[in-house]
This record gives sequence, C-alpha cells and structure tokens, in this order.
Amino acid sequence: MAELKEIIISSDNIKTDEYLVNMGPQHPSTHGVLRLLVKLEGEIVHNVQPHVGYIHSGIEKMTESLSYTQIPHLTDRMDYLSAHMNNEAVVCVENALEVEVPERVKYIRTIMAELQRIASHQLWWCATGMDLGALTTFFYGLRDREDILDIFEETCGARLTLNYSLPGGVMFDIHPNFQNRVKTFIKKFKKILPEYDELLTGNVIFQERSKGIGVLSKEDAIAFGVTGPSGRASGFSCDVRKHQPYSAYPLVKFNEALGTEGDTFRRYQLRIAEMWESMSIIEQLIDNIPEGDYTAKMKGVIKLPEGEFFQRVETARGELGVYIVSDGKKNPYRVKFRSPGFSNLFAINHIAKGWKIADLVAIMATFDLVIPDIDR
Amino acid sequence: MAFEKYDFTPLTQSIHQGLLENVSPLMTMIIEWTIIGLLYLVFVAVFGLFLVYAERKVCAAFQQRLGPMRVGPWGLLQTIADFIKLLMKELIQPKSVDSFLYNLAPFVVIIVPFLTISVLPFAPGLQSLDFDIGVFFVTAVSSVGVIGVLLAGWASNNKYSLIGGMRSGAQIVSYELSVGMSLITMIILAGTMQISEIVELQRNGWFIFKGHIPAVIAFFVFVIAGTAETNRGPFDLAEAESELTAGFHTEYSGIKFAFFFLAEYINLFIVSAMAVTVFLGGWMPFHVGGWDGFNAIMDLIPGLVWFFAKVLGIIFLIMWFKWTFPRLRIDQILTLEWKYLLPINLFNILLMAFIVLMGWHW
Repeated sequence: MAELKEIIISSDNIKTDEYLVNMGPQHPSTHGVLRLLVKLEGEIVHNVQPHVGYIHSGIEKMTESLSYTQIPHLTDRMDYLSAHMNNEAVVCVENALEVEVPERVKYIRTIMAELQRIASHQLWWCATGMDLGALTTFFYGLRDREDILDIFEETCGARLTLNYSLPGGVMFDIHPNFQNRVKTFIKKFKKILPEYDELLTGNVIFQERSKGIGVLSKEDAIAFGVTGPSGRASGFSCDVRKHQPYSAYPLVKFNEALGTEGDTFRRYQLRIAEMWESMSIIEQLIDNIPEGDYTAKMKGVIKLPEGEFFQRVETARGELGVYIVSDGKKNPYRVKFRSPGFSNLFAINHIAKGWKIADLVAIMATFDLVIPDIDR
Repeated sequence: MAFEKYDFTPLTQSIHQGLLENVSPLMTMIIEWTIIGLLYLVFVAVFGLFLVYAERKVCAAFQQRLGPMRVGPWGLLQTIADFIKLLMKELIQPKSVDSFLYNLAPFVVIIVPFLTISVLPFAPGLQSLDFDIGVFFVTAVSSVGVIGVLLAGWASNNKYSLIGGMRSGAQIVSYELSVGMSLITMIILAGTMQISEIVELQRNGWFIFKGHIPAVIAFFVFVIAGTAETNRGPFDLAEAESELTAGFHTEYSGIKFAFFFLAEYINLFIVSAMAVTVFLGGWMPFHVGGWDGFNAIMDLIPGLVWFFAKVLGIIFLIMWFKWTFPRLRIDQILTLEWKYLLPINLFNILLMAFIVLMGWHW
C-alpha cells in the first residue's frame, strides 16, 4: 500500500515540458517557405509564431524605380494564384489619372478575374484535401484547373503570371475562341463541382476533422483584418466587389457568400460557394462583351498627379489594397500593397491555440496562404 | 474432392523423403530450413515490390493518371529500379541519434512480417509452421512491430519522428485489441486456433457465411483495425506526410528506409491474408450449396490462385480506403477504437458465443 502511494506521489512530480517545433521553412503543408515556430505540449498547440521573410523579394521597394506600366508585371508575382486580380490593381492608376477605360476592358477584366478566382479555389481545394490526407483531391483539382489555364494561355500567352492588365486596358484583345471556350468550361465545371462535394465535403472523416475546429469570431476577424473567404466565413461582410465595386462588378448580380460559424468547415464551404458565384458572374457577362477597343488611349509615359491614391480589389484570398504616393514623377514615390495573406496569417495563432497539430494544418489549409503574397 | 490434386503435400513429402534417404536427418533439417527461408525471402521481396507497383497503379487509377509507364512494359520494372536505387543510396545517419537503437529499429520492423508469414497457409500443403496456437502466434508476433516503430521514433532524435512514434504506439496498441477480439470471435466459432484446421473447417462454407451476423461484424472490424495496424491511410498518422513530414522514418535513408517501406506492404499482405484465412476460407474455393456444376468448376481453380485472388481483393479494398479518405486525427482514432470498435467487439463476442452455444452455426 505504501509503495502504491509512493508511485502515485512520484507520478505527480513527472514534469511535461512544452517544446518547440519548427514547421518550415521546408514543410509539406506550409505550401512554401513559411516558417512557423510552434510551441507544443504533446500534440497540443500552445503557440504559433510565424516567421516571415524567407522569400521576401522587395517588390514594394522595386516599384519606386519602375514606371507605372512596369509595376503591374511585379504584382502578379505576389499572389501568383490570383495573378489577374493583382494585375487589376492598375485600376488605382486609372482612377488617379481619371482615365475612362472602355466597357469592353471592364468585361474582359471581370471575366478573367472570376476565372482566376475559380482556378485559385480549385488549387486551394486540392491542397486542402492533401493537407487533410485525402491525396486524390490533388489530382482532381489540378485536372480541372488545367482547362482554365489553357484559356489563359490562349488569351494572353501566359498560364500563371498573366501580365494581362495594364493601366488603361488589357494587353491584347481576347482570342476569337475565348467566349466559346469559357462557356464550354462553365458547362463542364458545373457538372464536376458536385463531384468535389461527393469526394471531400460529404466525407464523415473530413467533417469530423473540420467542423467546429479553429473558430474565428466575427470580432476577431475584423480585429485581425482577416478578409476574403476566411473573413466572410466568420460573418464579416468584406467583399470589395460588393462594397466598392470596380470593373464590371456593378453590372452583375451575385450573392456575397457569408457564414456565421467561422470554423474550418465553414471556410471550406464558403470557397466552394464562391466558385458557384464566380461561374454565375461569368455567365452573366460572357455573352454581352461589348465591342470596342481593348485599351484606352494612354500616354507613352504615365505620370500620376501629386498626391496619395488608394484602391482595393478582391483577390481570391481577400482584400488587396494598393496605396500609391506620387510626387508627380514617372515613378511612384512609395507604393504599399496591403496583401490579404499577411493579415490572415497572423490570425492563425489566435485560433489554433489548444487544438492539435493536425488541426493547425487544417486551419492553415483553409486560410489558403500563398507565401509570396505574405512576403512580397 | 477435385481440388485435392493441387495439394502440395506429395511434393513436399517427396523432397523430405529424398533428403532423408541421401543425407543425415540433421542435414535434412538444415537444408529444408534454408530452402524455406530462401523461399520466404524471395516471396517477401517479389511480392513486396509487386504490391508497391500495384499501389501505384491503383492510386493512379483513382486519380485519373496512368502511374508508372516508362520503365519496362506498363512500368512493370519501375519498382525494381526504385529498389536498386534504394540499395545503392548512401545511408545517412544524423549526428546525434542513438546509434544502436537507430540501426536496430529497421530490423525489428522487418523481422515481424517474416515471423508472421510463416504460419500462413498459401495452399493445401503449403504452410511451413502449423502450431495449435497459430492465430495467437500471429497476434502476438505482429505486436512486436510497434517496438521497432517506437525505437525509430525515439532514436532518431527528431521531434517529428518522436511524435510519429508516439502516435503509432498509441494507435497500434489500441487497435491490437480489436484485431485480437475479432479473431477471438472467430476462434469461438471455429473452436480451434490451429490455422490449418480453421481453413479445413471452412470446406463446406466460409466462416463469414457460416457465422451469421457476428462474423460479418467481426470481418468489418478486422479490416478496419487491420488497416490501422498497418499504419495505412486513413490511419497513417505515424507518418502523416502533411503534418509530420515522414513521421518515424524521417531520418532514415537508403535500404533502412526500404525496410520500413517493405514492412508496411508485407504487413498489408499479412493482414489481408489473415482476413482471408479466418473469414473467407483461406485457399478454399467458393461454393454455393446445391449448385454442383458451379462448385465443380470452382474446384478446378487451384487453391493457390484462390488464396491470392482473395488476398488481392482485400488489399485492393484497403488501398481504396487510403486513396479516398482523409486522415483521422489522433484523438478521433482513439475514440473510434475505444468508444466504438471495442464495445461492438465485446458485444459481438457474446453474440457469437450465444450462437455457438445454441448450435446455430453449422
């Protein structure tokens, strides 16, 4: 009896220590060179400290020595999965110059942006499945993304970094096949998207892994500046396309997908819903592309008037803000990009505490991080 | 019985007699052991490589790809090329590992399938060890594998490996209960633990049909728990690529990594073979009562073919799991075992005992 007591007492003295694990810079589920310093106790996450800067490319500084027509070529290297939406930030320059771009350009930009959004969400879907251990999703997603990339290739020659939008318009007119191909794609993808649900969304294990995990409240979403689908899943209505419409968005009807739960499953569902919305936006526009020029008449050297200019666009990850300070010369004095990934990343520590490592991976997956977007 | 002509007993007996006549009994034993040992070695290597190839082709089919196609016709030589590559690779040993345990772990892991495979009956007369406690031997030996995994996780001096090893320990120790209990259910039905006798008892009907509902439940539990025991998806937490890079074998390279890799596939074979032996009649052909013509045709197919056809069927099922389901979380895995499978199993044993008691099983 006395021995048993001793054992019980001594087992109270066993100390369990927290320990640090470096997730990254090379780790399969950080999707790039992101380093998370994770403090764990057993399997439970106590703290997540993101360390960024491993692939910082100094885009903001480089812009200070480039002209306004050159800068858009850098923007699609930031969030390479929403390259066209980043390019669309040239709207800021157009607004500053008070140039009226042709209607045709607005339509083309919006269609391309929504195609890009679908492509981005497809890649996000396959990566999420893979992070949760369902490897087959990866190939389904990439297979369907290929169709969109082929359309891009035919339109502007590039598949990933499009460089399609320039101040004043787009680089080339659309290919004669464009409308047909987009329509064929939409028709095909409407049949395929329910397959995504069958494979992953309805799966019991997936739902167990995602429902109620990593809840981000609306207040926290606003406080951390979490935008895009991740913010909207918490009920934070932050869709720039709705609140501050640009390009052809004022002309189309679409719902801003919103959730209330803010958990991993809701963030997942919201992106699937966004794919449906994007398809409906494209369908509304694709048949009505007006005739006209594909670019407005612009001067050879663009000089912005002195002052500060700001424009927001909605990328696949959230709100991209472009802030230009001009001193009237051909280069900007200072450019600041407010990238969605950077703000979203820092909400992870807040919601991952107390969950397991596997949940941290799931949470990161549904925040859809693109590392060059964070590091710029 | 028609299929007796595929019996391997005359062949093995004639070899035995021939050896006894020419050399001393001790030499006979040594030669026989060597032959059997070599046969198993060759079988494990060849079948392991085949399973790797099969996995890649199956997963390619699920993912709408072709899989390996370049090396040899339909990529048949791909896994052999991979194996040669692994053999020739440098064995990198990190600086601060526990050298002895680190080097021991792969051997512990690879020994287990060799031990277990020895009691499996491949065909009539093709079984090297026939204990009267065969099933017990399989469950006992297969639990040694987890020691190797824990050793690998501990000795690698890598936090990811350690987490993987601990996960694997918790998981395998839990799921062994379910594997054991579903086997106990069937032992109650069979009334023996001798594997050859278990197969023989299924001559006029596989246990999964004979044992009514409890046998079906036990079969499903066995397949689920077996998948978990082999550390395969959706229970592949120990290596959980997206969480722990490669889990317990992160720090292993070359042939030592190949040992872990091969052991996983041979364990897959063993789990499937046990499921086939205990539930699906081993090498016994499929018979339907009353259909004599059909049964006669089924008897024409050799037992060896039956055995491997059934085993590959189960292996395909387990591969299907892996390439469809997402991974479970560690606490969910333990919940599944302790809160669902274990109570179901306990109830199932009672049910089976009741059925056997009432004599409804023949």
